[in-house]
Amino acid sequence: MQSRQIVIIGAGVVGASIARELSKREADVLVLERATDVCEGTSKANSGIVHSGYDAKPGTMKAKFNIEGSRLMPELSKELDFPFKNNGSLILCFDEADRNKLNELLERGNKNGVEGLKILSGDEVRAMEPNVSDSVVAALYAPTGGIVDPFLLNVAMAENAAVNGVEFSFDTEVTKVAKCSEGGYEIKAVRHPSIRNGQEEDADCEIHADIVINAAGVYADKFHNMVSESKIHITPRKGEYCLLDKKVGGYVSATLFQLPTAKGKGVLVTPTVHGNLMVGPTATDVEDHDMTDTSAEGLNSVISTGGLSVKALPSRGNIITSFAGLRAHEDGGDFIIKEVNDAPGFIDAAGIESPGLTAAPAIGKYVAELTDGILGLKMKRDFESVRKGIPCISLADQAKREELIAKNPLYAKVICRCELVTEGEIVDAIHGPIGAVTLDGVKRRVRAGMGRCQAGFCTPKQVNILARELGVDISRITKKGGDSVLLTGFPKEEPGAWVTSPKGGADHE
Amino acid sequence: MNKHVSILIIGGGPAGLAAGVAAHKAGVHDILIVERDIRLGGILNQCIHNGFGLHTFKEELTGPEYADRYIKQVEELKVPYRLATIVTDLKLSDDGHTKIVTTMDEEGGLTVYEADAVVLAMGCRERARGALNIPGERPAGIYTAGTAQYFVNLEGRMPGREVVILGSGDIGLIMARRMTLEGASVKLVAELQPYSGGLKRNIVQCLDDYGIPLMLSHTVVKIHGEKRLTGVTIAEVDDHLSPIPGTEQYYDCDTLLLSCGLLPENELSGQLGVTLSPVTSGAVVNESLETSIPGVFSCGNVLHVHDLVDYVSEEASAAGNHAAEYIKEISEGVNVPDSDDKAAEGRVIVVTDGGVRYSVPSILRPDHMADLTTIRFRVGAVFKDVDVVTYADDREVMRIHKRVMAPGEMEQTVLRKTDLLKEGTPSTYRITIENKQS
Repeated sequence: MQSRQIVIIGAGVVGASIARELSKREADVLVLERATDVCEGTSKANSGIVHSGYDAKPGTMKAKFNIEGSRLMPELSKELDFPFKNNGSLILCFDEADRNKLNELLERGNKNGVEGLKILSGDEVRAMEPNVSDSVVAALYAPTGGIVDPFLLNVAMAENAAVNGVEFSFDTEVTKVAKCSEGGYEIKAVRHPSIRNGQEEDADCEIHADIVINAAGVYADKFHNMVSESKIHITPRKGEYCLLDKKVGGYVSATLFQLPTAKGKGVLVTPTVHGNLMVGPTATDVEDHDMTDTSAEGLNSVISTGGLSVKALPSRGNIITSFAGLRAHEDGGDFIIKEVNDAPGFIDAAGIESPGLTAAPAIGKYVAELTDGILGLKMKRDFESVRKGIPCISLADQAKREELIAKNPLYAKVICRCELVTEGEIVDAIHGPIGAVTLDGVKRRVRAGMGRCQAGFCTPKQVNILARELGVDISRITKKGGDSVLLTGFPKEEPGAWVTSPKGGADHE
Repeated sequence: MNKHVSILIIGGGPAGLAAGVAAHKAGVHDILIVERDIRLGGILNQCIHNGFGLHTFKEELTGPEYADRYIKQVEELKVPYRLATIVTDLKLSDDGHTKIVTTMDEEGGLTVYEADAVVLAMGCRERARGALNIPGERPAGIYTAGTAQYFVNLEGRMPGREVVILGSGDIGLIMARRMTLEGASVKLVAELQPYSGGLKRNIVQCLDDYGIPLMLSHTVVKIHGEKRLTGVTIAEVDDHLSPIPGTEQYYDCDTLLLSCGLLPENELSGQLGVTLSPVTSGAVVNESLETSIPGVFSCGNVLHVHDLVDYVSEEASAAGNHAAEYIKEISEGVNVPDSDDKAAEGRVIVVTDGGVRYSVPSILRPDHMADLTTIRFRVGAVFKDVDVVTYADDREVMRIHKRVMAPGEMEQTVLRKTDLLKEGTPSTYRITIENKQS
């Protein structure tokens, strides 16, 4: 059994943020992640909004971390080089009778310490956002609201943690956490075969950890309940989204919310940092913790409900993809971020639903401080706080493009033409501190295949680049790890002959 | 220093090649074909089945063979081309006459060209799952038919073994046969519309001959499988194309191929400000295949999606000729672009109705028309035993009996200039469908 000082379960945005904060300290940190990459759960399928903080009830953990996170985000985006834009938010009110709710939000926001909130008349709103629906009678304007690339926020924090010494073990599914009589915890896990570890079959591993940090998203209740008598319960709350073409990305510039309901902040219409238009999410409680399927009803309701916010949602012919994510809703309705009472050294970061993405940077700091309190960690002197992202050719001007191409001609070799992503960027994504090993991994880092043709043309090219750079046959390249293989063997082989062995492929005669 | 070129052709597929050859033969040799891929020929390179060239060469060729006929001409005539080069920007100079084309490639980096004329020949892309908005999970194993074709024909790899195909476009039909021949089991082709989107001959040769069922008025309503596709749910649709509850059927499969329509790739044209047709998603062009911007021509699948490459070549040759004429005219100082008012004078607008969805061209300028003008169009539903009738204003010009017309098959008529102008210049030329005249 290996022995580690701190084990974090989960490499989503919360786990990555905690890892980064801990990497500022002299500490031995290991992150266990079930998926083959960072950002594979709730972190990859959400609105990408930096909430200003008017919504959470004053005094709650949600309010505290939302405000702190939103204040940290602009600076962090510069330090870690991920896209963030302060585009402001509008909470739309459609009925004079609901005006009091708008006032309540204003009061709540003021109490939470949100800066610059004010209520605008319908006409003032439309002067600011001409495409806002004529039935909007008033709105709460939150100038500090913003949008962020949720993938790159997650990747950037994880990469920076890795550069500063945190170890990540992917494809590693924790099956059991138990208190040890002599202190600390014994973790049992299964490491699944993947390109990252070169294994051919599942391998069991056992780890002793002094501190366990539970950042397991929708599965956080499972691990908490293994070590504590005071049980928590998380309900996956599904949200479906539609992403629209960049052609209509400028339809609105601020994020448009509708007055919140009991289940969440309602369906929003927002530009993304990359210039698409996004509409969603729905909110449906589900049983399955992995099922992120969309439904016809859900997608229809996204468009019809989201459409209420604007004059004419340009969805027709412009939807380029749709997806769903699961929010980790805990029964108590608030974030649970603390050392578990009856499990010393076991720290929960559980129930992190919206505004979890916004809150993540603040949660990381807080959990690291909790850990300090237990272990008395010392700060590192040589912490490297700055991360440089992968250059983005599509956003670079001509001079910048020339400069980049002079350094590396592969920055002129376009692979994904819809998003103008070059081979140079894809190679960078594969060889980053936590490199991409899947199509989805490349997509989330450099946007290849994220455009209107949705990887129709560039899939074969990307598969070949991945295989070449990783030194494997193309048959081993997957969409998102595990059995998500893209190719099933060679022509004329017997049907059913293909096995999803990650090893196979190159031995064809 | 920007490089000057008389005609810059964007795209080295069948349209770009034919346009280049025609422009060269028409006497303009200062041409450049810019091709994104590492070889000329475009999508034909992955179309290894035969059936190409029956009209052009009176023989049955494979896609690569067909492309090769044009590539050979390009080589023999020494029409300049650049490979593995992508056009990143396309705009007009400040005076509006010169087209500024920026390209990017691994060897040369960024290059800026000043072109007098541009031929848009970028082709089309396939409609993807996202655009179809099919509900369900997002596993591996869902490909457009063209992507699957690339893997099988160019990479020699199978994208799957147990296949369902959604959409009966020609590539989907071709891939039903290809996958079957390569050892996969193709369970069915589901088509949302009550009619096939592909050519009749492909239904017979690719489905019927292999016993693959074509289920019309059916669609995929759910995608299953977390990592790799495990199955799809298919349902029948009603007259409004909405799934009928209770008709759902589950099919085990590891692969879903999509052949649900092709979309002209006009992002660059849009950048330039070319007027696009909402029906075809291609440029609005006149009899010379010239777009709303003088000196910018369009042809092939970027103009409107064709069924047969032969007609792409024919259309692109015309575009190449017209581009060459344009170059000659501006060098003689003839073609000073007209003001909008003057340009609109004497134009005949081609109107389509009665089931005809669009026409290419959609504007006719009598003073630029040749004796014969080919007008291509598609219908919006299946028509049997009807007449295609054309009118110059209210005067009947042509009446052609058609036994059957379908959306999947492009139609064409040839208009004689003298017929159009018999009683002076009309303001419209209308193409419509009427009951058969007894």
